[in-house]
Amino acid sequence: MLATPTPSLTASLTGDSLDNRWRDRLETVLAAGAAAGASLVEVFLESTDHIGLLAEQERITNVSPAFGRGAGLRVFLGDRDGFVSTNDLSEAGLLQALDQALGMLGLTRSNLGAHGFPGLASLRDHGASKENWLQHCPGLEESTARLLEATALLDHHGEHFQARRGSYARDWQEVLVAASDGTFARDIRLHQSVGINALAADGDHRASLGRRYGSSGRPDDLRQWDAQASAVDLCASARSMLYADYVDAGTYPVVLANRFGGVIFHEACGHLLETTQVERGTTPFADKVGDTIAHEAVTAVDEGLSDGAFGSLSMDDEGMEPERTVLIENGVLQRFLSDRAGELRTGHARTGSGRRQSHNFAAASRMRNTFIAAGPHSPEQLIGSVDRGLYCKSMGGGSVGPTGQFNFAVEEGYLIEDGQLTKPVKGATLIGEAKEVMPRISMCANDLELAAGFCGSVSGSIFVTVGQPHIKVDTITVGGR
Amino acid sequence: MANSTSLHASDLAEQLQTLASELGVSRWDLGAACSTDTSVQVDRGEAKQLKGAQRSSITVRAWNGHGLVGITSTTDLSPAGLARALGGARDASAYGNPDDTPGFSPLATAPLAPLDQPLSEPRGILELLETLKQAEAELLGRHQAISTVPYNGLAQRSSQRIYLNSEGACREQQLSTASLYLYARAEEDGRKPRSSGAVRLAYGAEQLDVAGCIEEAAERTIQHLDYAPIATGHYTCVFSPEAFLDLIGAFSSLFNARAVLDGVSLSQRDSLGTQLAVPFLSIHDNGLHPGNIGATSFDGEGTPVARLPLVEGGFLRHFLHSEATARAFAVAPTGHAGLGAKVSVGPHWYEIGPAGSSDEQTGARGLDRFSQDGIVWIDSLSALHAGVKASQGSFSLPFDGWLIQGGEARSIEAATVAGDIRAVLKGLLGFEGEPKVTPDGVCPMVWVEGLSITGDA
Repeated sequence: MLATPTPSLTASLTGDSLDNRWRDRLETVLAAGAAAGASLVEVFLESTDHIGLLAEQERITNVSPAFGRGAGLRVFLGDRDGFVSTNDLSEAGLLQALDQALGMLGLTRSNLGAHGFPGLASLRDHGASKENWLQHCPGLEESTARLLEATALLDHHGEHFQARRGSYARDWQEVLVAASDGTFARDIRLHQSVGINALAADGDHRASLGRRYGSSGRPDDLRQWDAQASAVDLCASARSMLYADYVDAGTYPVVLANRFGGVIFHEACGHLLETTQVERGTTPFADKVGDTIAHEAVTAVDEGLSDGAFGSLSMDDEGMEPERTVLIENGVLQRFLSDRAGELRTGHARTGSGRRQSHNFAAASRMRNTFIAAGPHSPEQLIGSVDRGLYCKSMGGGSVGPTGQFNFAVEEGYLIEDGQLTKPVKGATLIGEAKEVMPRISMCANDLELAAGFCGSVSGSIFVTVGQPHIKVDTITVGGR
Repeated sequence: MANSTSLHASDLAEQLQTLASELGVSRWDLGAACSTDTSVQVDRGEAKQLKGAQRSSITVRAWNGHGLVGITSTTDLSPAGLARALGGARDASAYGNPDDTPGFSPLATAPLAPLDQPLSEPRGILELLETLKQAEAELLGRHQAISTVPYNGLAQRSSQRIYLNSEGACREQQLSTASLYLYARAEEDGRKPRSSGAVRLAYGAEQLDVAGCIEEAAERTIQHLDYAPIATGHYTCVFSPEAFLDLIGAFSSLFNARAVLDGVSLSQRDSLGTQLAVPFLSIHDNGLHPGNIGATSFDGEGTPVARLPLVEGGFLRHFLHSEATARAFAVAPTGHAGLGAKVSVGPHWYEIGPAGSSDEQTGARGLDRFSQDGIVWIDSLSALHAGVKASQGSFSLPFDGWLIQGGEARSIEAATVAGDIRAVLKGLLGFEGEPKVTPDGVCPMVWVEGLSITGDA
């Protein structure tokens, strides 16, 4: 494959860890902020090491390493806050950022000490057992070989492919969180994702399909990835969709497949259960805790605990350990996801959900692994209950607007006729509002599975999982031709 | 311009050259950027979030003895960080693609077009906060149904970018920009909430058209208060300039030489010179247009940005190129490259309009959307990332807009528009009104026949 030596690009930052050695510098900054009158000062330090790979057809066409460091400083005065990020981690650099954040709230370091700072607690080091993760990840030679294997498998199992791609991303992050309430915590995170996609073309017929898999905290994950099964699955979908007709627009009952079908709950309802939405006044559920907001068949959970799941974490980006948060139980709204600012401003207790893409963002209440719980039915029972409708086997992306309206592209769909799956259809978009659709989820199957994804919102793009069993929505608007 | 994190191109070049010699790298280039940002958000008269950021980053490419290229990016601009980055790029070059190796742009030292971009001193963040609070209050006061402005922001940035290479190319640009967005939410008793907004860009906060932004956000939001569902069917659609620019932007792979070479564009190598659209449509990419706030004078490879005809009289004329794609097509780079081991290509800012002034170059004349019944006026498109299949040509997109009946426009409750971009480009009926300068380009209103609309009626 390669005629030249194949160096490894991992571990480029070793020997310069974010750990207890930062205590003095951080305490100096936090003490200065507290003395200036801040209610709370928080410093988020991070060090990152990323690599992205792309294989196209039989070639590796892109290898993109990146590494960096930075800090995000957040100062609270009551429920107001100022946030500053910087790449300068020297004491002078951090104090300069602190001055800027204090200034946003009308504070200066020349103020007399209004608040005491008792010092940082003992370091809660969630990263101690993860020091060797980066070294145990596959090196470039192994990673690139796996991607080339995947594109070869697509060629082997598929037809009419005009483009075949495999991609891999490994994101290693070391974080240290310190706050003037004594919080002092460290973690190491490792996220890996691998994807394949293909464009099939035959005359005027075209279909583009993709699959993506992701994990956290599993250095061996790329090695264990079943590229063969992934390629076979994608090729089967491509064969179905290449000659599919466009779906007729209308209002239908819809059965959504498990795994990534959960993106609809994530976008349409999950975001509305974050305290950032309560703060903005953009969720219809703000005062609905204890009320029925969904069909009694629906129980929904957000947690950061599932082993190896893309959205799992040992601590959130504010140093709090995550919990399992039941959002909706048998249709009744139970909890909101909350971060430090959300707790201050809305009264909803923190749930270990303060997350951010990087030091350039202040943490916000965000989802982790979010799913609709399994129900009692088989998937066949759901499909069998529909006379004429749409089966959404694979979802594309989607979004939810500021008034709660959502829309999702269906990547792979099939008509349901007389309780049976019949012909494939493309071009479908599901449209609705969470408030109206949640009561129409009338059946949940017993095949809950999670799928990795990326979620972009107020604090940047973060790793999450979505999930659900097969579910049936009694009626939903389907955009088509 | 006040910028605490400014870079010095000559120092950087000297550092890189020294490091390159130590590491045995004879051919390298570098892109660097730094910026200082401040931004504010408000919520019903109170500060919601105040943010500041100092950012710096570099991307280094190194070529090895086999002519293959590697790349590494970092935010660590210390001497150790630069050495690590250059060493990383050298190591990554072992994985360079021998079939598609980027080189230095032959235009990396060519003269740049002058840009009239005044540098503004940043305003204090509390001053920005006061401006935004007043803007929010004014917008809330425009209509009793406007209850919040949930998405708003006033931001300013001072930035600098640099391109250097081992053959002496040295590009540098400084820029100051400011932006304001106001997105209001309105709700009346027993009716669904409605939302709309406006954006303004300028070279400094003091130059922002705050009043115009408030006016447009209020007008757009109020216009959607009285809504009704629309029946599913096929309609003649009139795209606002913003909506049509968004649609063309989502299908920019039509013009992208990288996508053509990768086989993921609807265009082929031999598509140049073929009829892509109606004969009265022209599309240019013009990053140098004075309406393009924040224009760059050179691309990621140092190539000067210039106006490029993409579609003239309906015929596909040129593709957007990097150095590598231009070499593959035996043409000159066009100034649309990023910086990478596999170099991305992208547009800057579109000029869309009639091909000329004669009848055959303008399409139907005198179009007036209020003069016909059953016209769907599409104000803005949403979810382009999800609803556009660029490699297939299809789209299915939610939109905000109005249905025109009897000379009156009534907001459409919730609907999607679906079609195929090739059919759209060949189904244009004409243009309405004067071209409007927007953040993404300049374009008049565009009439398109027979698009599929899915509604709830």
